[in-house]
Amino acid sequence: MASLKVLRAGPLSTIQDLGRRGHRGDGVPLGGALDLHAARVANLLVGNPENSALIEVPLGNASFQFEDERLIAWCGGEFKPQLGPENIPAGRPIRVQSGEELIIGPAGRGCRLWLAISGGIDLPVILGSRSTDLRAAFGGVEGRALRARDEVALGTSASLSTSARISSWSAPVEWSRTSSAHPMLRVVRGAEWEEFTDAGRTAFLNTPFTVSPQCDRMGARLEGVKLEQNQPNERLSEPVAPGTIQVPNDGAPIILLGDCQTIGGYPKIAHVITVDLPFAAQLRPDDVVRFREVSRAEAAALFCARERDLERFRIGLQLRSS
Amino acid sequence: MAREFIPLGDSALVWRLPDSLAKVRAATEKLTAAEIAGLEEIVPAFASVGIFFSSPIDPEASAREILAAMKRRRRRARPAIKPRTIEIPVCYESNFAPDLEAVANHCGLSPNELIDRHRKAHYQVRCVGFTPGFPYLSGLPKELAMPRRATPRTRVPAGSVAIGGSQTGIYSLPSPGGWNLIGRTPLCLFDPQRERPALLRIGDRVRFRAINAEQFEQWPA
Repeated sequence: MASLKVLRAGPLSTIQDLGRRGHRGDGVPLGGALDLHAARVANLLVGNPENSALIEVPLGNASFQFEDERLIAWCGGEFKPQLGPENIPAGRPIRVQSGEELIIGPAGRGCRLWLAISGGIDLPVILGSRSTDLRAAFGGVEGRALRARDEVALGTSASLSTSARISSWSAPVEWSRTSSAHPMLRVVRGAEWEEFTDAGRTAFLNTPFTVSPQCDRMGARLEGVKLEQNQPNERLSEPVAPGTIQVPNDGAPIILLGDCQTIGGYPKIAHVITVDLPFAAQLRPDDVVRFREVSRAEAAALFCARERDLERFRIGLQLRSS
Repeated sequence: MAREFIPLGDSALVWRLPDSLAKVRAATEKLTAAEIAGLEEIVPAFASVGIFFSSPIDPEASAREILAAMKRRRRRARPAIKPRTIEIPVCYESNFAPDLEAVANHCGLSPNELIDRHRKAHYQVRCVGFTPGFPYLSGLPKELAMPRRATPRTRVPAGSVAIGGSQTGIYSLPSPGGWNLIGRTPLCLFDPQRERPALLRIGDRVRFRAINAEQFEQWPA
């Protein structure tokens, strides 16, 4: 079986897919690609099922060698991956020859990219997913980040005879390039919204926050105006989810991401809407982010529109390949 | 009743309940038995149940549908889920219990008295979270309560039995931790390859049984 050779792994590249559902009652996080939509799009571009395993590369400085001919596609931040001297654009299927090396330098802006390979990554499914659970050390490649000299098995790829080197058609840029110079995350109110002071709520929606160095797959801690509660008190832990913005007693909000714990005891001021989770997944230390409130109806409408567009895109891809 | 369903983001609700294991379990069972459109997952916690959907919802409409679906659910006689009692072997010797003496001092007990009271108590799993398979247990004798450490440890061994405030639990993975470590079990609390990956689940009754270091080391994997 053909494999992908890891030449340079980068700081924390991991195998991910669309995550684990059905095990949160056992404390197993959802996990998966921090931008689920980018993972679906990248997989569709190379002819994979949406939930095929792919590689999440934070911050770049990774390189991979292909043993055989494959289609690849990537979505995410402002990276400049190269095959030899050629720049590889985001959001397009790219035909890679046997023996070629894909080099991913540091990101100009944004934090992560997702790289799909035709045939998908072929690793055992554990608790319904091939995603890497770094904390519990299972899934993906031995429950850990990739290392140089890893050889990652790939599934069987369909024939690529009609593929151009760089396809002339592509996914919408909003899906494939998700970092922004001025990220603005749309939110809905959290369960404990009313428990924050007027000043705190106003500051949350009107002032910028800086991403602190405490930023990883579990969440991004922000610095800025302290968000205070009217009456801080201990509370029992409740279910939380990626996108939840919780505020510990020090007043510094944390945006939870895919590897977050399944329950949390901090008050929840707000929640990033599902269609904006891709932008949360691009935050890196020193980025400045703002929040804007939307209604739940708008959040739902945005999601429905995106799913409709994805369905059209899926159909379009099928027509092209038939 | 619908006002007890609080939105969590755009695609989930949290059903807030009294702080009662029986009520959480009853709610979880009702939700599981009901046929709720678009439901992805049900996640019980101490006094709430998370209801996750695969796409955004209108919270009020969703709450009404959930209530209606629960009413409609087929009331066939199902065998009652028998509560399980799980016995957890614990080594309380000092190498495995770095905070035992401090806890005993804090509680005004000798270490042996602490161990005795800890292992004689009856516990129940209230919630599984923090890390996969980590059980939060109720039933800690009041006199054994001890606040968390001021400085958490960067790494607590898996299997560590710990007290944090009035709660007790067992670290299921090596992880940072701020609770007071009073013993360690050789049992594996979480193994993703097992048929039931988490050893303990909500509602399980737990008893601790003291073992010595030799028994700990020789415990079958």
